[in-house]
Amino acid sequence: MSTNYAVEAQGLSKRYGTTPALAGIDLEVPTGTVIAVLGPNGAGKTTAVRILTTLTDPDEGQATVAGYDIRTQGTEVRRRIGLAAQDATVDPLLTGRENLVMLGELHQMRRSEAVTRADQLLREFSLDEAAGRVTSGYSGGMRRRLDLAATLVSRPEVLFLDEPTTGLDPRGRSELWTVIGTLVGRGTTVVLTTQYLEEAERLADDIVVVDHGRIIARGDARKLKREVGGDQVQVVVVEPDHLAEAARIIAEITNVEPKVDAGARSVTAATSQGVETLVLAAKAFTRAQIPVDDMSLRQPTLDEVFLTLTGSTTTDDESSNYIDEEA
Amino acid sequence: MSAITISNDTVHEGPRPARGMLHDTWVIARRGLVHMKRQPEALADATIQPIMFVLLFAYVFGGAIDVPGGGNYREFLMGGIFAQTIVFTSFGVAMSLAHDRKNQAVDRFRALPIARGAVLGGHAVANLFKALLPIVLMSLCGLVIGWRIQDGLVNAALGYLLLIAFAFAMIWVGVLLGSVVSTPEGVQGIGFGVLFPITFMASTFVPTETMPGFLRHIAEWNPVTTLANAARIQFGNPTTEITPDAAWSIAHPAAYSIIWIVAIIAVCAPLAVRSYQRSVAK
Repeated sequence: MSTNYAVEAQGLSKRYGTTPALAGIDLEVPTGTVIAVLGPNGAGKTTAVRILTTLTDPDEGQATVAGYDIRTQGTEVRRRIGLAAQDATVDPLLTGRENLVMLGELHQMRRSEAVTRADQLLREFSLDEAAGRVTSGYSGGMRRRLDLAATLVSRPEVLFLDEPTTGLDPRGRSELWTVIGTLVGRGTTVVLTTQYLEEAERLADDIVVVDHGRIIARGDARKLKREVGGDQVQVVVVEPDHLAEAARIIAEITNVEPKVDAGARSVTAATSQGVETLVLAAKAFTRAQIPVDDMSLRQPTLDEVFLTLTGSTTTDDESSNYIDEEA
Repeated sequence: MSAITISNDTVHEGPRPARGMLHDTWVIARRGLVHMKRQPEALADATIQPIMFVLLFAYVFGGAIDVPGGGNYREFLMGGIFAQTIVFTSFGVAMSLAHDRKNQAVDRFRALPIARGAVLGGHAVANLFKALLPIVLMSLCGLVIGWRIQDGLVNAALGYLLLIAFAFAMIWVGVLLGSVVSTPEGVQGIGFGVLFPITFMASTFVPTETMPGFLRHIAEWNPVTTLANAARIQFGNPTTEITPDAAWSIAHPAAYSIIWIVAIIAVCAPLAVRSYQRSVAK
């Protein structure tokens, strides 16, 4: 067993009743890196996190976290990890400071040390003004920040973040991304789960795509996007009459049969040439004198990644809703 | 909103040595006590409710109830409401466990390097403190309406001790209840549907002598009756008359209550710990 890996797992399986939640997952996370576990709801992301943080025993398979066996050395594992579960779990009846002090004490700090650490984190997370208020009155973003601060009280070696930005507004999301980026720069290993490819790309060195309890793809964002055909170029024309001509132009540039949506007056196709595609398209549409409402390049959504990797879309309502908003 | 800046100190450092079960238990107990302070409405079963029962029964029903041997009903009443309130201790424990589960506190604790049993221990200690609150409040309230300790402070102290011991036993009933029933609403349902009637089918408010045969048997062997009667005896207050043909439980209320305390702890505590652990380890 190598100590260069903060997390090492082989063949983790877990079933609830007859439903397999995890069907054999292998994972290697080098120390000081970030891995994103990407997948729709119900893919097994949370189950994997629960197993690695010793909250649930796997039915089969084995894993070490920070070099300790999750089955037989649970306490040693718990001393070295921080966990931010999917729903913010700070105590709603305690103040922000009380929450952090309690966690410090439960991490076996002296009270004075726990208080110092709590105040430091509250300052760093811009929560010092709200520190004396009970957290049930916090906004969603504040609670998330406190939740993340709580996982850092003990200065953990491995941080598990289960969908850390779900439910945050765009600003809260980018703020949290900055924090996570900072932590990683200081040598903490981070395992995070997410439904957003954009988030995985932004934060992770490595991405593992899971579906139905299995890993269906892994690699960095560039590799994954190459596999799914790169970015999507989308052109919205002003006149519906121009759709056919627009589709012909896009097909010529991308060498791909584009998708035409008459209702949205849009033509969409995958492209591997990035911004170059937009430049070519802009020229072509000007030449053809076709008025355009919008022309954009966007990342493939999780749904599109899945469509390519599995041949089926995510069936989950929540993730589809998100994708609808984005698209 | 100002930006988040993480300081430059080392992000992780070696873990600290364990400080032991008592330390962890006390940290979690303190949290429980803060919860009670922040939610006065959740303390109603330990504050307003017993005092309300004392006043209602002393002034509204009291005049219509005859105490065996012709004693003062208000003195008879206090032992009953002490016993009833102590039984409700289990309700409070079950509610705190159910709220923990609802708020996902359970998982947060389980991912921490704390001593086994510290979470349950913390709840037990906090709720034992909570049980002391109504005992003090009701004693004061009783003194105001004419209740007196008639048989010396030593006997009275033993009476209080018996009540506290029974509260400790009821904590494990509460843990069991809170592990089997997972939602606060469910706990509330069982509290009012089961616990409440049990405390009424006893000598809590009325002497058992006036109950019809079948119900009287139940009441006489109901530990709430014997706990109430034992407290009355210790405080030197009027209680159920012990006739030569009285049931053993009525003749030896303190001994019978202690048997219940031991039995509840022996049976419920291991069962409660196991079912709690199973309920959280999904």
